[in-house]
Amino acid sequence: MTDRPHLAVIGAGPAGLAASLAAAARGIRVTLIDSAAQAGGQFYRQPASGLGARRPKALHHQWRTWERLRDGLAAADTIHQLTDHHVWCVERRSEGFAVHALLGPEQEKPATVHADAVLLATGGYEKVLPFPGWTLPGVVTAGGAQAMLKGGLVVPGRTAVVAGTGPLLLPVATGLAAAGVEVAALVESADPKAFARKATALAAQPGKVAEGAQYAAQLLRHRIRFIPRHTVVEAHGDARLDAVTVAALDKGGRVRPGTARRIPCDTLAVGHGMLPHTDLAESLGCRIDGLKVYVDDEQRTDVPGVWAAGETTGIGGSALSLAEGHIAGRSIAARLTGTEPDARAWVAVDRSRTRTREFIAALDTVYAPPAHWTDQVTDDTVVCRCEEVTGGEIRAAVAELGAGDVRTVKLLTRAGMGWCQGRMCEPAVAGLTGCEQQAARRLLARPVPLGVLARAGESSPEPSGEPEAD
Amino acid sequence: MNPRELVRAQPGPAFTVTLDGREIEALPGQTVAAALWAAGVTSWRTTRDAGRPRGVFCGIGVCFDCLVTVNDRPNQRACLIPVRPGDAIRTQEGTGHHD
Ligand SMILES: Cc1cc2nc3c(=O)[nH]c(=O)nc-3n(C[C@H](O)[C@H](O)[C@H](O)COP(=O)(O)OP(=O)(O)OC[C@H]3O[C@@H](n4cnc5c(N)ncnc54)[C@H](O)[C@@H]3O)c2cc1C
Ligand code: FES
Repeated sequence: MTDRPHLAVIGAGPAGLAASLAAAARGIRVTLIDSAAQAGGQFYRQPASGLGARRPKALHHQWRTWERLRDGLAAADTIHQLTDHHVWCVERRSEGFAVHALLGPEQEKPATVHADAVLLATGGYEKVLPFPGWTLPGVVTAGGAQAMLKGGLVVPGRTAVVAGTGPLLLPVATGLAAAGVEVAALVESADPKAFARKATALAAQPGKVAEGAQYAAQLLRHRIRFIPRHTVVEAHGDARLDAVTVAALDKGGRVRPGTARRIPCDTLAVGHGMLPHTDLAESLGCRIDGLKVYVDDEQRTDVPGVWAAGETTGIGGSALSLAEGHIAGRSIAARLTGTEPDARAWVAVDRSRTRTREFIAALDTVYAPPAHWTDQVTDDTVVCRCEEVTGGEIRAAVAELGAGDVRTVKLLTRAGMGWCQGRMCEPAVAGLTGCEQQAARRLLARPVPLGVLARAGESSPEPSGEPEAD
Repeated sequence: MNPRELVRAQPGPAFTVTLDGREIEALPGQTVAAALWAAGVTSWRTTRDAGRPRGVFCGIGVCFDCLVTVNDRPNQRACLIPVRPGDAIRTQEGTGHHD
């Protein structure tokens, strides 16, 4: 068994799970690595087992698909699962790859997995654009509220406003409501009429339209007020949030004067879309197109032996992640056994991948942050949450010191130099600087203890399935 | 309805941890952040420069806003670290290395 080709899959979300199953079914030995305690990723995040949830599907959509993935994983004896493993770097060696991880919640103990090929399925994280008060406790990302709810069965408060833009706001608002939070409003900056203009692309996805209708019914059932074409202009509170002010947007994406209204709440779940995780791909030298990892029709990156699937290659939701993962798994199985993959074998999945991508492209034009969101960033609004750099400091770096790109602003102001390495403030800094956001060049995907760094690269290049301590 | 009723949770026995010396109850499997939220606490850190309160923001280990001191180890991400019986959790001031 050990002479079977060995694939390391990083990320056990929809993409990584689909790929692992497809590759294992075709004779590949797979090590599936994830930093979480359980498989599932963001979409299929499960309550911690100690919580003894007997009906976890109450918090989920598409539960059947999860059951199929979960049962497949349990049945596949050629898939070795490594949970609690935070991958900080993937190294290309003369013979295959070394995947370096840090073990456990404290992330100090190192482990290395050697493999013939690697699939990056690390998903994405949420983008939030700043506004006054967005650092107050009680303000959380929409996905973060969802993750805490699904994983820990906890909610942040009693009364919530869900705001921003994008399809994720719908499951978050209805999920919080089902869990007993009073959702005072769902504030979406996009204009629902814009959907009508995309009717053709949307009609090609009747399933998605039905999903939208289901959410609409749930909003009604939970009496959630849907406020379109509005944006949050300020979050109020002292030690924690006690209200938000929202205001209407005009056609050009500017706040309409005189339309501000204050909504009391102790929670604001806010999000403006998602960004792909590209750090591991960057450290491998993979081509990045804009903000996402470039892949070909087989989900191969431009680095031989490295595949990528799911939201790391572009944000598109769980169905697209599943399709991409499946195709990647099949391609890997063929390539690692020295055969040319037969794309006819995945025609149906390919078609669904194409359609979903078209659908997402149409959605993206509707769900975009308000064109003039930077107007909401006052000079004393904190923009970089880690280093507490304000909008005023960033503007001064541009206007007075002549900085014209994110890197220079970063050097002059320290925005993006803190713990999160700019993951939270980069879109805002780019927007305030007046340039396009680029994928950041981050050396490491995770903070790494220096001792671990010093020892990295000393382990043997022998391909082996078991993680070794180095 | 609360989230636990919604999924008909039958958690293992609750245990005690402390937050700045005050006892709070936690459930097996929860992260430190989830235990603190369940106890009604939403901030457990103040920032280095302005001393502003912070708690969970991203919920998935990306933003580092939820840093906390657990059993004298500062800068642990509360949203990732599982809570264990007897944990001494302390609100963290600044870099967490002063106290
Ligand atoms: C917080 C959050 C909540 C979301 N909730 C929903 C929701 O409720 N409904 C919905 O439709 N969509 C939700 N989404 C959107 C979601 O990203 C996609 O629908 C889908 O889960 C993407 O699948 P994926 O396989 O590409 O990535 P993911 O599901 O994100 O899986 C990626 C996996 O990779 C792991 N990982 C990442 N980096 C590393 C590393 N360096 N080392 C080890 N492991 C790593 C992560 O732990 C994760 O399990 C959410 C997104 C976020 C960020
Ligand atoms: S809340 Fe973002 S890292 Fe914990």
